[in-house]
Amino acid sequence: MPALTSSAVDLIAQLDCGETSSLALTETCLQTISAQDANIRAFLSTNAETALAQAKAIDEKRKSGQPVGRLAGLPIAIKDNMCTLGVKTTCASRILENFVPPYDAGVVEKLKAADAVLVGKTNLDEFAMGSSTENSAFQVTRNPWKLEHTVGGSSGGSAAAVAARMVPLSLGSDTGGSIRQPAGFCGVVGMKPTYGRVSRYGLIAYASSLDQIGPFATDVASAALLLEVISGHDNRDSTSVDRPVPEYSQTVEQPLTGLRVGIAREHFVEGLDREVEAAIKQSLDVYRSLGAEIVELSLPHSKYAIATYYLIAASEASSNLARFDGVHYGHRAAKFDNLIDMYSASRGEGFGPEVKRRIMLGTYALSAGYYDAYYLKALKVRRLIRRDFDAAFERCDILASPVASTPAFRLGELVNDPLAMYLSDIYTISANLAGIPGLSLPCGLSSTGLPIGLQLLASPFEEEKLLRVARMFEHATDWHTKRPPA
Amino acid sequence: MAEPLTKETVTKVAHLARLKLSGAELDLFTTQLGQVLGYVELLNELDTTAVEPMAHVADIANVFRDDEVRPSLPRAAALSNAPKTDGKFFVVPQILEEG
Repeated sequence: MPALTSSAVDLIAQLDCGETSSLALTETCLQTISAQDANIRAFLSTNAETALAQAKAIDEKRKSGQPVGRLAGLPIAIKDNMCTLGVKTTCASRILENFVPPYDAGVVEKLKAADAVLVGKTNLDEFAMGSSTENSAFQVTRNPWKLEHTVGGSSGGSAAAVAARMVPLSLGSDTGGSIRQPAGFCGVVGMKPTYGRVSRYGLIAYASSLDQIGPFATDVASAALLLEVISGHDNRDSTSVDRPVPEYSQTVEQPLTGLRVGIAREHFVEGLDREVEAAIKQSLDVYRSLGAEIVELSLPHSKYAIATYYLIAASEASSNLARFDGVHYGHRAAKFDNLIDMYSASRGEGFGPEVKRRIMLGTYALSAGYYDAYYLKALKVRRLIRRDFDAAFERCDILASPVASTPAFRLGELVNDPLAMYLSDIYTISANLAGIPGLSLPCGLSSTGLPIGLQLLASPFEEEKLLRVARMFEHATDWHTKRPPA
Repeated sequence: MAEPLTKETVTKVAHLARLKLSGAELDLFTTQLGQVLGYVELLNELDTTAVEPMAHVADIANVFRDDEVRPSLPRAAALSNAPKTDGKFFVVPQILEEG
């Protein structure tokens, strides 16, 4: 049985030379899931039968010498907010508990065209609203490094599935850090592409101007490959950008010369855990040793990012989630007085507390008399935040920062204090407001054995540079090879 | 914008949002939303009178396509997740009063 210790890129090489088969790999994944997921609870559903059939078909295709896709035979997990034809897609919400999409999301079509094997759907905070995956209506996902700690969120299931080597690759979505923060907490690579790089068609919307789908992998090269597969224009998502997709998987191995790594002084202030700070400073030393210049600069509007984000995201959510009305799909209450009452009762029963809170906040911020003071104000501050980044990237190629101010917090620690949970997103949220790409990669371990993540950010559509710079770090360190204790 | 959030306002917002909330939820959300609204007051430190709002980051405008008929979901597929249908239409409770 092949071990899942290799990266996705290495596994593809093994598949190509016949050292292993997709069937063997897929069986290993399914067995690892059966053995481990009772504790970790990363998956909301698996589809063993179809996955094994798909794996067999791809093995035969390969054996017969037919051309195969870029991910041929590689098992992959998908966050359960992306539509999969004929496979339940719940958003970890009671309201969509029995929803079976009649179509595939754009990214799922691309995965299928690349001959990837879809093994299952992963847990998330309900409708991707949360930072710990504790807001799932169905289960709490536990951190493979320390079971009593959170995996982060909202793409916690996808991060944990890769961290525990249940699958070599997975997809998440990132609205305010929902890929990068769980990647950091779980010691894997996670990337949020530039807004518009990847089609959002079939991604169940949370905050449309911020949502973006991206890869999880065990190393940067594999994340580059998966990003290359899922990127590109889709005329069913009018915000997806029509520009060529670079060959990330090829250029990722080219180091950058004359690299300028920026650090923002606002990112190294009180509240930052000492061990996290030390790990980030050591990472900067790694870049120095590779010839990079470290440039200290300022992102003056950093402290306004969380307030701006929660107003914009909640406003968009209140509008997006209006579609869940108990008519076209989803839960309908059994008892109601009239049509309006049917909507209210169905939604009151179907949504969990955090979703309700954000719908309420957004409805308030958009309502008559408050729109200018809240929503419009936030849109103006959003522009100031974007300008900060534009100015910063005049002086550096990449910005380096922590992913979060602490390693993974304990389950239950923040879940009853929504504002404290919101504040935990301080390092990741600005990238969504500015629409820029960001990546999280492992850069250390705390004294208690929890992973520490390094966040790298770049200008819009500079994914190529971002991946190359991250890969340089991997070549100089071995943090990405560390795995959770068995 | 600085007046404290009342339970009456929260009840009104819940109605606008079409969310039936329990008494306990109304109490909890009045407190929690009040805290969040208190926090976002932070933005008032900034003078934004000369700043254009940014609704979207992508540098795209006016995305057009040809107005032509394209395949769409078959009716059965579109109805397949509905809580109630008559096989042809979505069924909702009566909206108009009997004349």
